[in-house]
Amino acid sequence: MSVTTGSVRQVSVGRTVAWVLLVILLIVTLFPFYWMLRTAFSDNTQLPGHPNSLLPVETTLGAFKRVLGLSSIEEAQAQGGSGAAVNFWLYLRNSLVVATITTVCQVFFSAMAAYAFARLRWPGRDKVFALFLAALMVPPIFTVLPNFVLIKNLGLLNSFAGIILPGAFMTPFAIFFLRQFFLGINRELEEAAMIDGAGHRLIFFRLIIPMSAAPIATLAILTYINSWNDYFWPLLVGQQENVRVLTVALGVFRSQTPQGGPDWAGLMAATLIAALPMIILFLAFARRITNSIGFSGIK
Amino acid sequence: MAMIFIAPATVGFVVFYIWPTLRGAYLSFTEYSLLSAPKFNGLANYDRMIHDSFFWNALGVTVEYVVINIGLQTVLAVGIAMLMYRLTKSITVRAIILAPYLVANVVVALVWYWMLDVQVGVVNTFLGWVGIDPIAFFGDSHWAIPTVAGINVWRHMGYTALLVFAGLQMIPSYVYEAAEVDGSTEWKTFWRITLPLLRPVLVMVLVVTMIGSFQIFDTVAVTTQGGPINATRVIYYYIYERAFTRFDFGYASAMALVLFAILAVVSLVQLRLLRARESDLA
Repeated sequence: MSVTTGSVRQVSVGRTVAWVLLVILLIVTLFPFYWMLRTAFSDNTQLPGHPNSLLPVETTLGAFKRVLGLSSIEEAQAQGGSGAAVNFWLYLRNSLVVATITTVCQVFFSAMAAYAFARLRWPGRDKVFALFLAALMVPPIFTVLPNFVLIKNLGLLNSFAGIILPGAFMTPFAIFFLRQFFLGINRELEEAAMIDGAGHRLIFFRLIIPMSAAPIATLAILTYINSWNDYFWPLLVGQQENVRVLTVALGVFRSQTPQGGPDWAGLMAATLIAALPMIILFLAFARRITNSIGFSGIK
Repeated sequence: MAMIFIAPATVGFVVFYIWPTLRGAYLSFTEYSLLSAPKFNGLANYDRMIHDSFFWNALGVTVEYVVINIGLQTVLAVGIAMLMYRLTKSITVRAIILAPYLVANVVVALVWYWMLDVQVGVVNTFLGWVGIDPIAFFGDSHWAIPTVAGINVWRHMGYTALLVFAGLQMIPSYVYEAAEVDGSTEWKTFWRITLPLLRPVLVMVLVVTMIGSFQIFDTVAVTTQGGPINATRVIYYYIYERAFTRFDFGYASAMALVLFAILAVVSLVQLRLLRARESDLA
């Protein structure tokens, strides 16, 4: 460390500039979230007149009522809505169903496979694992087309099963992620349990899963977020209202909104409803999620 | 015993990964409209692709998107990672930086679609304050792709920065101490030491983000839908249109296979050129 006053001042000028840059980046990151909130609580008919008001314009819950299907057509149109029937409660439920089932099944089955790859000996194990990993290279659009044909032929278009099935069994990443952790678990514990007569089933449920609770939870959270945010696959197989998830519903809502005077407040209220569960999940598990990016590093 | 553990994952893998990969490759040599069985037509789809100006336009637009998106995103991510590395270990700062990545593409696209609106968007209001005329970010064919690319930079730069940040933390502090003893300036240290030592991490980050970037779809699908006049009809969107609005599954599969090949080549070239596996920290 230098002790001359000149360079100390130079360093602190540099640090000040750096801090200013970082704060600007943080503001750029947060501002759209704020603007979504500000718009969602505004009266849509009044928005164009106050483009630079930092606070909601004519604060109202009208936009939320509109997208949750709680206001009449006249009310909705009076506040600048299109009047088309939208029911984000239903889409919220659908997203919950899809993301929850996908996460539970995918993480559980991937954990089973990861255990077999990490701790059991069987012929061809490493070759099969390499094949699983190779699947990471295939771009989704390539498998999506035949998968759509398959789901259609099975008669599962516009059903939860059709949306959930392809992701319910495994992803190469989930298996890879958990295998890393299982490899690190002390073998002696496992051997001790075996001497006591425990089979693999018991060891998996009583030893491996409890000891890997933290990484399994991290994986589950990441899987949940990915599944919640997925758009492409549910767009293809889940257009109908009874299984339509939030992301697909947002696309539909955006295309229904009148071209001349879009229902911006309604659109922002809808995006907020779609984003809020993930924001809450993130606030609850910020440390875990943020640190996992450091670990899983390159997936 | 192992079979029981591996069975569910294997079923999923064979049915939804292996089988569709093989079937997709086969479909690319057929004419298939979903209504009748696929009809083998040899290389007809590939021949058609060579003469399809929309296909070449889609490739060009996608490459333009990838270059802007990855270029901007990588520079910003390294910058943010360096700022965090030198200034703060705060988990709050890292969490805020990551936040956009956890929100759906569709949500991000719609929020920016509103903020960038030509008439009432807040960004054009800001531009007005500094004397810039309103820009039709989505409506002007020159602006559309840079706009979509910029939106996704906003969503991904924090995530990428955290990957780089993790890489920075792997560089042992003694190399910095040595540089300081030798009187190296901050700027020189960054270019001569940090960046070279970061190379293996940067290569992996580039490969992963670039593969993702080629698959741009969601943002385009909910904002411009390929317009104005094909300016944002990226390859993923074109394949989607061919398959699901024209039911031209054979041709769509052929294009998907070509995209697959392009991604494989791009990844290999990157790994080769940037000598990913070698670290200067041997």
